[in-house]
Amino acid sequence: MTTTWTQRRKARIDDLAAGRSLGSEAWRRLRRDPVAISGAVLVGLFVIVAVLAPMLAPHPAAQSFPELQQDLRPGSIPGPRTGFPLGSDQLGRDFLSRMILAAQQTLLVGVLATLIGLAAGIVIGAVAGAFGGWADTVLMRVTDVLLSVPSLLLAVSIAALAARPSQTTVIIAVSIVSVPIFARLLRGSMLAQRESDHVVAATALGVRRRAVVLRHMLPNAIGPVIVQATLTLATSILDAAALSFLGLGDADPARAEWGLMLAQAQAYLDVRPALAVYPAVAIIAVALGFTLLGESLREALDPKGRR
Amino acid sequence: MSAAAGAERGIGAPLLEVRDLRVTFARRGGPDTVAVDGVDFAVAPGEIVGLVGESGCGKSVTSLAIMRLLPERGNRVAGEVRMDGIDLLGLSDAAMRERRGRDLSMVFQDPLSSLNPVVPIGVQVTEVLRRHRGMRKEPARREAAELLDRVGIPDPRRRLGSYPHQLSGGMRQRALIAIALACRPRLLIADEPTTALDVTIQAQILGLLAELVAETGAALIMITHDLGVVAGLCDTVNVLYGGRIVERSQRHRLFATPRHPYTHGLLSSIPRLDSAPGEELVAIPGSVNDNLPWAHGCAFAPRCPRAMEACEQRTPAPEEIGGRLLRCHNPVPASAG
Amino acid sequence: MTDTLLEVSDLAVHFPIRRGVLVDRTVGHIRAVDGVSLMIRRGETYGLVGESGCGKSTLGRAILRLVDPTGGAVRFDGTDVAGLSGEPLRRMRRRFQMVFQDPLSSLDPRQSVGSLLMEGIRAHGLSKGAEADAARLHELVDAVGLPIGALRRYPHEFSGGQRQRIGIARALCVEPDLIVADEPVSALDVSVQAQVLNLLGRLQDRLGLTYLVIAHDLAVVRHVSDRVGVMYLGGIVEEAPSPALYGDPLHPYTRALLSAVPVPDPVLEDRRERILLTGDLPSPASPPSGCRFHTRCPWRRPDRCADERPQLRVIPGGDPGHRVACHHAEAIRDGRLRPHRVEPVIAGDDPLAPGLPPELPGSVTEVLGR
Repeated sequence: MTTTWTQRRKARIDDLAAGRSLGSEAWRRLRRDPVAISGAVLVGLFVIVAVLAPMLAPHPAAQSFPELQQDLRPGSIPGPRTGFPLGSDQLGRDFLSRMILAAQQTLLVGVLATLIGLAAGIVIGAVAGAFGGWADTVLMRVTDVLLSVPSLLLAVSIAALAARPSQTTVIIAVSIVSVPIFARLLRGSMLAQRESDHVVAATALGVRRRAVVLRHMLPNAIGPVIVQATLTLATSILDAAALSFLGLGDADPARAEWGLMLAQAQAYLDVRPALAVYPAVAIIAVALGFTLLGESLREALDPKGRR
Repeated sequence: MSAAAGAERGIGAPLLEVRDLRVTFARRGGPDTVAVDGVDFAVAPGEIVGLVGESGCGKSVTSLAIMRLLPERGNRVAGEVRMDGIDLLGLSDAAMRERRGRDLSMVFQDPLSSLNPVVPIGVQVTEVLRRHRGMRKEPARREAAELLDRVGIPDPRRRLGSYPHQLSGGMRQRALIAIALACRPRLLIADEPTTALDVTIQAQILGLLAELVAETGAALIMITHDLGVVAGLCDTVNVLYGGRIVERSQRHRLFATPRHPYTHGLLSSIPRLDSAPGEELVAIPGSVNDNLPWAHGCAFAPRCPRAMEACEQRTPAPEEIGGRLLRCHNPVPASAG
Repeated sequence: MTDTLLEVSDLAVHFPIRRGVLVDRTVGHIRAVDGVSLMIRRGETYGLVGESGCGKSTLGRAILRLVDPTGGAVRFDGTDVAGLSGEPLRRMRRRFQMVFQDPLSSLDPRQSVGSLLMEGIRAHGLSKGAEADAARLHELVDAVGLPIGALRRYPHEFSGGQRQRIGIARALCVEPDLIVADEPVSALDVSVQAQVLNLLGRLQDRLGLTYLVIAHDLAVVRHVSDRVGVMYLGGIVEEAPSPALYGDPLHPYTRALLSAVPVPDPVLEDRRERILLTGDLPSPASPPSGCRFHTRCPWRRPDRCADERPQLRVIPGGDPGHRVACHHAEAIRDGRLRPHRVEPVIAGDDPLAPGLPPELPGSVTEVLGR
């Protein structure tokens, strides 16, 4: 039996390893990583709740209930009771429904802000990293200026510039804050790629410049940026919450969003702390989920972990 | 002066004895890898012993295991490493730290990454002197300058203040050797000390090592992939393949009549300055990825031109044949060297 | 003359050293390649040998126009490549290809072998329809000794030697005339080096390729090359047909290099005498005046060496193909000039060097004591 050992082994290797790309290997490692799984569960839960929110929520966000309102007194907000598992908020609305519906708004803000920031950051970083020269110098100096301002302060200033606070200004403010981080990161790894042997090899082969940048440099440089995006998603949600908290978001009291709810709950902290605790825990859980996912993604994409 | 060892040195009782050393790497979500698979050898005072092999043959892991420098996590080290009758593997971490540097020390391949980049050379040398030899600041500085002078660094007193990046590759390797020698260790392990250096600098460093051994009577374990380096320097040569020693012999005998097909193959596959030009090289087919696990037979069998059926069925046992250790079912005839 | 494929004349590559916070100032130049002229005939292998920092890799990349030359000309088959740019340069690249030292880093980790090869074929419009292309890919992997299944695999799934075969297949996919191989085997395991060297030899015979092999390993260069140039600090100090260079080295640096290479034969090793050079390579940012080697040369004379840079020349009575850049080559060859101890001139020199060695070896046979 051992005489065929070599052949059997060869056959097995052919089977196993036939054309497994880096991406599929990273995916395979990700599936086995408990950190990634816990992150994915948290994020998955959040996304499901957000998407299905209108169906899951027992009541509309803005609806006030007379049976809750009649118990509202200064110094007392009704707690859980039949029909209202989490009790009332400060205006006699169903707290549970508002928590669920807020997930949707929060996801929207986080994802949109991150995607906009990511897109702008990739364009700036890719141009600066691929071409260098004065384009690089100008873009990076602007980026440095943005980076030198504390991110929340920057977001607050941008949001405050808007004529009227709204959800859109929050999203734009939060996304602009993340642009320099993405751009810097991508530029750095593009520069490393530009010096790398395989890019020189593609140039030597006579591959067109555009194809070298788009096919070889960008795909190999973008990994850290994608990882950063998952982390930014978490901070975007927190930043958006902070802006709402500071009253720079959409002031419509009917709208449910975790950050806004947390802001409004501060007046009732001694009356009913749950109004602040639930949104806070939700924000932390979502941010944690994305952070765990991002960290494990970073680890999975690291070629050093490859076997 | 030649880098060659000259006359064979008298070899007495072993200073260091490695018995059945095994190192296993455990990996998350994968099978264990056996990096060193039962290695035995001994080094006598004043002797230069070579461990030769390609990357992945276990030569560097062996040296790190002797020094107890492998990370604790994920590695299992078994066997014995005896020095003065004491098993180094059984010592406490503190006791081993005491011995490291004082009794045995090591020179690495990449001098730049083995030196602390933000600390001047002089401080790095005096640090060792003060810790292990309990010297005071001024005498330690004087001794450090003498050491640098000894390893051939010009203007040593001024060099004490230099940072590693201010020295050239050759000078850095000399500084590293000076640090390794600071406590007059009885055993020096050199892991590919010249691989990162140019040939002309390599010749200087090899000459220096040979000279230091002759002068101090310390033992040297030389780890390299370069058969040329071994030929001029080592008294005894161990050829490693797949984590085991496949052939061991005194160097003249080994190079004159290599008996293991791997040793023989290596010698005929490298372009040599002393071979007839234009000769086709006899390549060893495949790569180390084709290795058979030792438990199934001979690891080299899938690449071996002399492999027989037995080679893939039975693990060859180490045998003493004519003053050499050989692990092969079908060795190259002695006359065909 | 159609016999000449590549002609490099007085090529220079100087890299600016920049300093400065806001505005970069050029504070000096690294003279990586400083006035190199060489000629490579069609179908031959030219070996370029030298220690790290001598500029051999930069020279190779300048010939391939992967770095821009500061001065001089590179004529490839009659066209001045140094003056090309943009699309004409890109098209020209089909004719000269490169094999890299590190086979893993020179392959895009995200590209399967098949798509890697197709990229080159497409870039130069060599695609002839799906079926013909598939046949061409099979032919390519077969030529470099890989199984057909390799086309679907990714670089990280191969061993080092196999990766280098992929690198060679990539160079071949555009049917080039010249291949510049920069340290093609130095990153490979000893037992695998011979496979790759033999493969390069077979491909040359079959496809009539011209090679420029750049390596630090003198034995490898001797094995593969028809002619060899020895580089020191940005210039070629000696050039000769391989047997002449190794059999009768004229330049002191070549002699020192040859004497330093270890040989896997204890008998020879015990007998041989080494020319130990003092100190390290001077900085290419401020190379020594005159002969670049004079600061380390055991044969240095007080006249000329420090003042006048020697040009490559044929010495009287020598082989016309054997050129050396040394003022005193004849005297050294005839033994009229004796080597002496080199006093440390610059910090970084090395007092370990021997005093006055009785008899310094010259040729390979002498070096090896045969």
